[in-house]
Amino acid sequence: MTTMTDPPRASFQLSSLIYDTRYRSYTFQFIALVLLMLLIGYLGMNLIQNLASQGQDISYRFLGEPSNYDINQRPIEYDSRSTHLRASIVGVLNTLIVAFLGCITATLFGVTAGILRLSPNWLVRKLMAIYVEAFRNVPVLIWILIIFTIMTAVMPAPNQFRGEDASASMLFDSFAFTNRGVYTPAPIWGPGSLVVVLVFLASIFGVFYYRHYATKLLYDTGRLLPMGWPSLVILFVPTILIYFIMGRPISLDYPELRGFNFGGGLHIRGSLIALWFALAIYTGAFIAENVRAGIQAVSRGQTEAAASLGLRPRRIMNLVILPQALRVIIPPLISQYLNLTKNSSLAIAVGYMDVTGTLGGITLNQTGRAIESVLLLMLFYLTISLSISAVMNVYNNSIKLKER
Amino acid sequence: MKRTVFLGTLTVAGLAAGASAAATLDDVKARGKLNCGVTTGLVGFAAPDANGVWEGFDVAVCRAVAAAVLGDASAVEFVPTTGKTRFTALASGEIDMLARNTTWTFSRDTDLKFDFVGVNYYDGQGFLVPKSLGVSSAKELDGATVCIQTGTTTELNLADFFRANNISYEPVPIETNAEGQQQYLAGACDTYTTDASGLASTRAAFENPGDHVILPEIISKEPLGPLVRHGDNDWGDIVRWTLNALISAEELGVTSANVAELGSAPGGNPEINRLLGTEGDLGAMVGLDNDWAKRAIAAVGNYGEVFEKNIGEKTPIGLARGLNAQWTDGGILYSPPFR
Repeated sequence: MTTMTDPPRASFQLSSLIYDTRYRSYTFQFIALVLLMLLIGYLGMNLIQNLASQGQDISYRFLGEPSNYDINQRPIEYDSRSTHLRASIVGVLNTLIVAFLGCITATLFGVTAGILRLSPNWLVRKLMAIYVEAFRNVPVLIWILIIFTIMTAVMPAPNQFRGEDASASMLFDSFAFTNRGVYTPAPIWGPGSLVVVLVFLASIFGVFYYRHYATKLLYDTGRLLPMGWPSLVILFVPTILIYFIMGRPISLDYPELRGFNFGGGLHIRGSLIALWFALAIYTGAFIAENVRAGIQAVSRGQTEAAASLGLRPRRIMNLVILPQALRVIIPPLISQYLNLTKNSSLAIAVGYMDVTGTLGGITLNQTGRAIESVLLLMLFYLTISLSISAVMNVYNNSIKLKER
Repeated sequence: MKRTVFLGTLTVAGLAAGASAAATLDDVKARGKLNCGVTTGLVGFAAPDANGVWEGFDVAVCRAVAAAVLGDASAVEFVPTTGKTRFTALASGEIDMLARNTTWTFSRDTDLKFDFVGVNYYDGQGFLVPKSLGVSSAKELDGATVCIQTGTTTELNLADFFRANNISYEPVPIETNAEGQQQYLAGACDTYTTDASGLASTRAAFENPGDHVILPEIISKEPLGPLVRHGDNDWGDIVRWTLNALISAEELGVTSANVAELGSAPGGNPEINRLLGTEGDLGAMVGLDNDWAKRAIAAVGNYGEVFEKNIGEKTPIGLARGLNAQWTDGGILYSPPFR
């Protein structure tokens, strides 16, 4: 029984491409690949030919020409003499702003609602079920329009803040809620403000370091240091001290009525609020279901085991259940983030100038370069989606079950 | 431009681009219906009435062409289009002609591969403001929030005007006229800008039209007219001369009331005879019968009648003829001769 016969090694022949199971799959894959490339080539040729017969071509020269239109929300400097390329970048930044705000808010909503859906309290449980079902089952475009319409109809117009007996007034004399959006005080960065910001950032690191140190001390020696108030002290005291030492470099610019509108301060436009809020509550409902599924995927025995060790319900959730549930929650969460980002292209419904509104809307319409604009748009959304995926996958790898 | 969209779509579908543009007239005749692109609703220009029947100044052009080509002014399928979808609809062949207060510009005529067949309304861009705002000139609008329909020439004019006068504004882009009206009335924008005729029409639909004024500045030239796809010149001729027939009819005193009588037998004025087909063979030259213009005028009336009925001073819209009077009356409306 010591001899093992190797499987017969038939030398490669041309016919084995079809008859040999080892090679057959490659043959078919190769044929499929060639056919696919031919199809794409045919479509591409057809496009070029038809464009040529119309006397047109694929050209991105329009990106360098002046755009001739204005955009209301400009994260970077832009006016109607700037190029179409710059208009597209403004649009991209606006998309990223709403996607970023939306993802964070949706996560907050989703995690809260998901955990509360499993609450032992009947009323809370049912309320969250209603939230999830109502928001998940109505198209997000409808939510965007509803929120926007309610905002324009219910909030006071800026001129209602005017005069002696104004029918509307500002909150704490610094926040104005109007039907054109919300005006809040904006920080003015004076000289020396950089130091304050740096100290604040350092304090954040300090807090993390302190907590790390306290945990280590607890494990090593069993001494329990207080966590709560020292964190707050480390976070705020140095920053406040430096703020006064530097001579109060950061001041606030308050909004005030100027001409037709409020001037000064930070203007968060109604379109951004409507889009942001609608995307957040809509996606939040989906995330809530992911969170609930993740928690329920953790065996009940884990909760009972933790309880028998004497952990309190909140600690059980934070220390035992959620870390295990995250493994189940993160992968579908990635796709919710992607959905939210792509859904932000509905912005034009409320006149929010995202990249679909600038590059895919006005630029496309005014230059007539439809194919070029749409290709660029696709490229942008693809890039941003893959980036979100990549970042989230890194996070997913860091929390997934370490098997040794 | 939207030609590219069209071709792109076809390409993606893997079809050979059927350049079937050459026979719009045959297509319309075979279909028995004219597909005409109009606005999604602008009172006086194109809007469905209480019974769902489309009527208005632009609608009349569609009906006149349908009457001339098919002999039935009601054989029109109205396709509502927005500022953004209108050119795609025309380029893709979804509609045979577009009569949607569209400004005739160089690039639309050449680069987008369309043919404007004439001008049925000489317009200019204006501003609508509430009287309570206390503004009497557009130059006082510094810092104002302006509602504007996106994808239109007005968007570009607005940027140019504010830039030239060195004043600032906050644009609020909107998609349709109805949306603009809602935003404006809710006070979400201080002023609404579009063609002055469109503003008059929008204001007419308000609860209290008297509380709003149109500022005196007209900041652009907006010759509005019907257009067709570039390349089918026979079809373009039909639409062009149907429009000219309505204009000439007013100049010659032919109305919907007397057209049957004047067209029954050759009269004293040779041009009326040629127009109404009692003399010469003009109809055959555009591929129709000789009664084509007579039918068009009988169906909708001459240009003056169409104007008075839909947007004239006796209607809620209340537009004066102004530039749109006949050249003989001090306007610039001028049809080439029927000869």
